[in-house]
Amino acid sequence: MFVARSIAADHKDLIHDVSFDFHGRRMATCSSDQSVKVWDKSESGDWHCTASWKTHSGSVWRVTWAHPEFGQVLASCSFDRTAAVWEEIVGESNDKLRGQSHWVKRTTLVDSRTSVTDVKFAPKHMGLMLATCSADGIVRIYEAPDVMNLSQWSLQHEISCKLSCSCISWNPSSSRAHSPMIAVGSDDSSPNAMAKVQIFEYNENTRKYAKAETLMTVTDPVHDIAFAPNLGRSYHILAIATKDVRIFTLKPVRKELTSSGGPTKFEIHIVAQFDNHNSQVWRVSWNITGTVLASSGDDGCVRLWKANYMDNWKCTGILKGNGSPVSGSAQQGNPSPSLGSNIPNLQSSLNGSSAGRKHS
Amino acid sequence: MEELDGEPIVTLIPGVDSKKQMCFDWGPGELLVCETSFHKKGKSETVPGCPFIYIVRKDVDVYSHILRKLFNESHGIFVGLQRIEELTGKSRKAQLVRVSKNYRSVIRACMEEMHQAAIAAKDSTSSRQFSSQVSILSAMELIWNLCEILFIEVAPAGPLLLLLLDWVRLHVCEVDSILADVLGSENPSKHESFWDSPGNTQTLTELELKWQHWHEECERHLQDGTFVSSPHLESLCKIMLGDEAALLEQKNLLSNWYHFLVTRLLYSHPTVKPIDLHFYAQSSLDLFLGAKSRPEPLDNILMAAFEFDIHQVIKECSIAFSNWWFVAHLTDLLDHCKLLQSHNLYFGSNMREFLLLEYASGLFSHHSLWQLGVDYFDYCPELGRVSLELHIERIPLSTEQKALKVLRICEQRQMTEQVRSICKILAMKAVRNNRLGSALSWSIRAKDAAFATLVSDRFLMDYCERGCFSDLDLIDNLGPAMMLSDRLTFLGKYREFHRLYGDKRFVDAASLLLSLMTSQIAPRSFWMTLLTDALPLLEQKQVIFSAEQTYELLRCLEDLTSGRPEQGEPDQQLQDDDIEATKVEMLRLSLARNLARAIIKEGSLEGS
Repeated sequence: MFVARSIAADHKDLIHDVSFDFHGRRMATCSSDQSVKVWDKSESGDWHCTASWKTHSGSVWRVTWAHPEFGQVLASCSFDRTAAVWEEIVGESNDKLRGQSHWVKRTTLVDSRTSVTDVKFAPKHMGLMLATCSADGIVRIYEAPDVMNLSQWSLQHEISCKLSCSCISWNPSSSRAHSPMIAVGSDDSSPNAMAKVQIFEYNENTRKYAKAETLMTVTDPVHDIAFAPNLGRSYHILAIATKDVRIFTLKPVRKELTSSGGPTKFEIHIVAQFDNHNSQVWRVSWNITGTVLASSGDDGCVRLWKANYMDNWKCTGILKGNGSPVSGSAQQGNPSPSLGSNIPNLQSSLNGSSAGRKHS
Repeated sequence: MEELDGEPIVTLIPGVDSKKQMCFDWGPGELLVCETSFHKKGKSETVPGCPFIYIVRKDVDVYSHILRKLFNESHGIFVGLQRIEELTGKSRKAQLVRVSKNYRSVIRACMEEMHQAAIAAKDSTSSRQFSSQVSILSAMELIWNLCEILFIEVAPAGPLLLLLLDWVRLHVCEVDSILADVLGSENPSKHESFWDSPGNTQTLTELELKWQHWHEECERHLQDGTFVSSPHLESLCKIMLGDEAALLEQKNLLSNWYHFLVTRLLYSHPTVKPIDLHFYAQSSLDLFLGAKSRPEPLDNILMAAFEFDIHQVIKECSIAFSNWWFVAHLTDLLDHCKLLQSHNLYFGSNMREFLLLEYASGLFSHHSLWQLGVDYFDYCPELGRVSLELHIERIPLSTEQKALKVLRICEQRQMTEQVRSICKILAMKAVRNNRLGSALSWSIRAKDAAFATLVSDRFLMDYCERGCFSDLDLIDNLGPAMMLSDRLTFLGKYREFHRLYGDKRFVDAASLLLSLMTSQIAPRSFWMTLLTDALPLLEQKQVIFSAEQTYELLRCLEDLTSGRPEQGEPDQQLQDDDIEATKVEMLRLSLARNLARAIIKEGSLEGS
């Protein structure tokens, strides 16, 4: 891997989240300076900040993009106990020329009584829907029934998790065999708190979310959680960031064997557990095909985990800071492209054999 | 079974304090990384300075323009191999060897271009980089060639050495020519006749016998002291007898252990059988390197090949080369040779698919090479389709041309959900930018009835405000697509009404107008507009609407005015009511007059 670009972030305070849009051509950053910035990638590959505005009255913890089927829509959540939905307005041609765009607030979600710690849009096949979770232990699911009118959002569900929540993840599977599902992680550190990872499933009959599973083996505070994209598997894969990195599979037990009408029962297996970070793991996230998991921890590294063709998980890459300052101009990254070799010795062993030899 | 292991590769991010934590996000082809602190507090305590955002990528090779040719041409060979009609027996082998040689010639062509670039490079850094790439390509060709000889050509004893000789010659050409000269001058006749007809007119045993005789003769010469006067000739004779020590003395002429191996075999075991090869290979490696040197990755790869351990070859190459190109194509070819199964690797086809998926995924991060990736996914039976679905919907639709290209690929493969989604994204973008015609055509292509209704409504609203239609071409030529949604049908038909009116086909226009209301295709909100459109037809000199039709119109009007609790604001409603009332009065009057005229016309003798 190599650093292709370095972009001066220009926030006045700590950045808490960075988020690519669906196509990887726009990104959003949010910060303790209470603002969100949107960056656009030009044809030449340079990134420019096309919008920067104050979004909340407290640190902004997370920012996330809706699926482009719904237009250019962002959601943010903050310490100020609110979450907000933003839409880009196609500006006057002057603005376009200056490379600026405008984002307007479509709605503020004020139901939480405490810091809102995560906000995530639901998979697109569920319509324009999002979930928030708060330190008050409640997951709230909102829906905008009219995609063309983003100022109308209604609170559809309130799920009480009983513990302070830190993260949520929607199951991206759009298979008809799977009901909508959401996983919730808790970073509650009190020793009595048992259910650090809970999984809720939507029931078509009751029209409510009901608890389907609790991962009992996860007893330490959970900082992040992520379902993997589903490549047509019948089972689900869930990654957890806690005192280590854990990957679970959840295999739905056939409905005939359970009482019909209740939530699905799952066979839960842990397929990997890594403590390489040697410290708390704070973020986990899957690549778009669900073949590589990235995690970052207190040790200052981002680690990449991959399963080989025999389904064994290993660490295949590490990103870490080297402490040296970045050179001034910043945009263009390092090496010009080359057919690389991971092992420098390969080159020297080649130099012995090919043209580079003495003609004595 | 061993897996693809190797230490994780560390990438350093300059500028990030190694004590700081990092947050990140995945994009379709890259990672976004940024310094942060995970220990959240309500307010920040210190301002840690403005961090940078980093874009981190893998698959660096896809960005090289010289390698692009390699990717393009090998793609052609790959696809050809998948589609080729499988011959049988010897012809099949020849077929596969041809494919292998094609791959190698593509590598060599790339090497040559890279070499030229190295020479032409303006600064020493790029020159060095190009040169190192030449070295790596050279290694690839070396390994591939050996694999071709051992695994694909499967040369039996006898010809095997000839092929290995060629192989070494190709990659170590200069030294070999020196040696050949030296040797040739000493024992020309014996040497040449020996190699003149290898296996064509003689059986292996005959060959062995002949060689044995010659070998013994050489030994006798040595023992008799024929060469005692010249140590040079003596050591030459020893070499020809395959004396390892003598050979090693000439180490500086032998560039590496496999050159040593082949030379040694030439003089001591020219009819070496494939299964014995690894024994000589290992000892050659040990002898050549001596006690102090350790084998390097390339050595391990070649050794694995000599041991006929295909799996090991692939594994070592996967670790040694940072790009999946080499192992993906080689493994695929070996799979076509039915080699992966015959070695009882129970993950046989899975490994091929795994490597192809890796390679193809890498191509998708490139703005044009992704098109090659599509074909690779096509030939991955298990996960190819779903991988393609996930990758293709992420391709940025920067131009209409690109969007159409992507859509065509999806449509060819019946990826209906991806087609729908992509069209929806484009339709939404068009609506937000007020390009209604574009939005409509994308909605139609997406077969998205709901969105088509929405866009049609916008068109109609537009018409009400401006009194004319935009994008007439599109609406006029909807064809069967009109059926997608009722609103769209109405839009099309309403436009048709205007056309008929413009063509002065008043009777047809009138019928159409009426049917729009009676068939309930027109939204109620639009009925007033339609009825108002009827006015000019009612006021014409000739009677256009029949009595029957006029009754219908009256009924529609009553329908409209009676059940009408408006949901607008009270003030607006009053205002609207005034305007509405006037309109209604005018309509009633017009309709009444028309009715009268129609009855008279139909009742009289000319009317019918």
